[in-house]
Amino acid sequence: MSSYDESLIPNAPRRQKVSRFRIAAWVLIPLAAILFQVYVRRFAEFLGYLELPLLVTVYFSLMRRQPVGGALIGALIGLAQDSLSQHPLGMFGIVKTLVGYFAASISMRFDVDNHALRFILSFFFFLFHQFFFWVLTQALLGQSLDVPIPQSIIFAFLNAVVAVPLFIILDRLKTEER
Amino acid sequence: MESFPSRYRNLSVLLLLLVAQLLLLAYQVKTSQDVRLIRLWAVTAVTPVARAIEWVRSGVAGAWENVFVLGDVRAENKQLKRELAELRLKNQLLAAELQTADRTKALIEFRSQVPSKTIAARIIGTGTGANARTVFVDRGSVEGVKRGMAAITDKGIVGKVVAAYPTASLVQLITEQGSAAGVISQKNRVRGTLKAQGSGTLIVDYIRNEEKVEIGEWFYTSGTDRIYPRGLPVGRVKSTREGRGSKEVIIEPSGLQGGLEEMLIVLDGVHGSVPEPETPPSPGIAILPAPPEAAPAAQTAQPVGAQQAGGTQQSAAPPASAAPSPSQPAQASSNGLATDADRLRERYRRVGESQGIVLGTTKLRVPDFNKAPADPPRPAPPKPEAPPPASPKPGAADQTPPAVPKQ
Repeated sequence: MSSYDESLIPNAPRRQKVSRFRIAAWVLIPLAAILFQVYVRRFAEFLGYLELPLLVTVYFSLMRRQPVGGALIGALIGLAQDSLSQHPLGMFGIVKTLVGYFAASISMRFDVDNHALRFILSFFFFLFHQFFFWVLTQALLGQSLDVPIPQSIIFAFLNAVVAVPLFIILDRLKTEER
Repeated sequence: MESFPSRYRNLSVLLLLLVAQLLLLAYQVKTSQDVRLIRLWAVTAVTPVARAIEWVRSGVAGAWENVFVLGDVRAENKQLKRELAELRLKNQLLAAELQTADRTKALIEFRSQVPSKTIAARIIGTGTGANARTVFVDRGSVEGVKRGMAAITDKGIVGKVVAAYPTASLVQLITEQGSAAGVISQKNRVRGTLKAQGSGTLIVDYIRNEEKVEIGEWFYTSGTDRIYPRGLPVGRVKSTREGRGSKEVIIEPSGLQGGLEEMLIVLDGVHGSVPEPETPPSPGIAILPAPPEAAPAAQTAQPVGAQQAGGTQQSAAPPASAAPSPSQPAQASSNGLATDADRLRERYRRVGESQGIVLGTTKLRVPDFNKAPADPPRPAPPKPEAPPPASPKPGAADQTPPAVPKQ
């Protein structure tokens, strides 16, 4: 096993750690992400591609390393985001529940402290989020949501670019790891 | 053994969260028909189950109905059919009773017209034997029935009592071999002896070939046999044929037509009269009766042809009061008014005299013929003659003989 593999595969006992945050961080960070999504985009439309609640969900799920915890985080953030959107409650909740669950599941096998992996995961989960949201919109609401694939890919890339420094900032809010 | 939630805890929580949010989503989302999605899902999920349950329920109910309800219907149908058959039978019995009542009524009316003392009897049986033309009636010697008494109906003679038992009697029908009766024809008063041929028809024997008997002529009992009183209808002549020494006259018996259920037993026979034959109106020319003297002017102004037509119509059935009496032609001829022209000239003369004008003079004065003339003195009208008594007319009805008048 190479050193690279050791850095990605968390089977090593030293890699299997769970990050802890203060309760205020659990509440304020998602809330800030949602508020950013609501208000900042109102004044800075060019930041409209950012999906900060999604990135926060991915981050907390990766750091929690528990699928149940990740699903709960995703559900709460998604429902909060739904409550402030024009969509019915549950649209973002369902999608972010899935994102949190799978992100937490992946974090159990990979070293999510790796920036490259964080970039890739952010890119992937953005597309995953967009795709499932489109599916739910089509299936449950019966609405045709126009989601251009190239634009989605670009947005996924930009979100992944933003996610790497964002995750570094959030890493500083961790209280302990065990 | 671990349960599914504990073994797949993460997956279970994920599914729980997803389902909860789906329900939450469905509660909010409305379809294009403004129906909440959760309601649509619930209906979509429930209706197949409800449909299946309803299918099972209807099947069970149908089977239940077939087994029990239709079983009752079948039983009810069977009972109704039975009741219908009973009612039909009862209807037939009532219709038969009604016919019997009609016959009885006719027989009672006939009994009131017959001068003989009779007693009504009902057929209760027939005589033994394949071709026996004898019947048992429910009147016997207790009621005064004796051997040799005649049995009649309103249509004619039926037969005679050949045996009288205490409660019943045996009546030999007129068509039985050996039956005989003295008869007389209605029109030509030809006498003979009625004999049964055994085939349902009767023959009148002892009629000479030179005597005249017409087909369709009625024969009545002559009373010479001391069984049947005189004047009872026997039947109509069906055919006649001259034979050796005597004429063969075939009679169609009228008393046995239309079935025989009741009859009258003549306890004390009283002879009646043979009714006179009906005289058909002669189609010849009838003499017009004289118009009344005081005929209105409008009637006088009618053409002669119209008066003749009316007179011809009157002559077909002249009323008794309008019929001219034998004294009227003599009175008309004595006045010199034998024709309509004479009467019209007389009327014009009286119109002129009432206005002071003498017809036939040279003065050019014309009387007003629209004014009625002065009434001439009329003789007292003769008393109307009483109408002749209505004689029975057996020929009026082809099959129904007339009532027998009292002697």
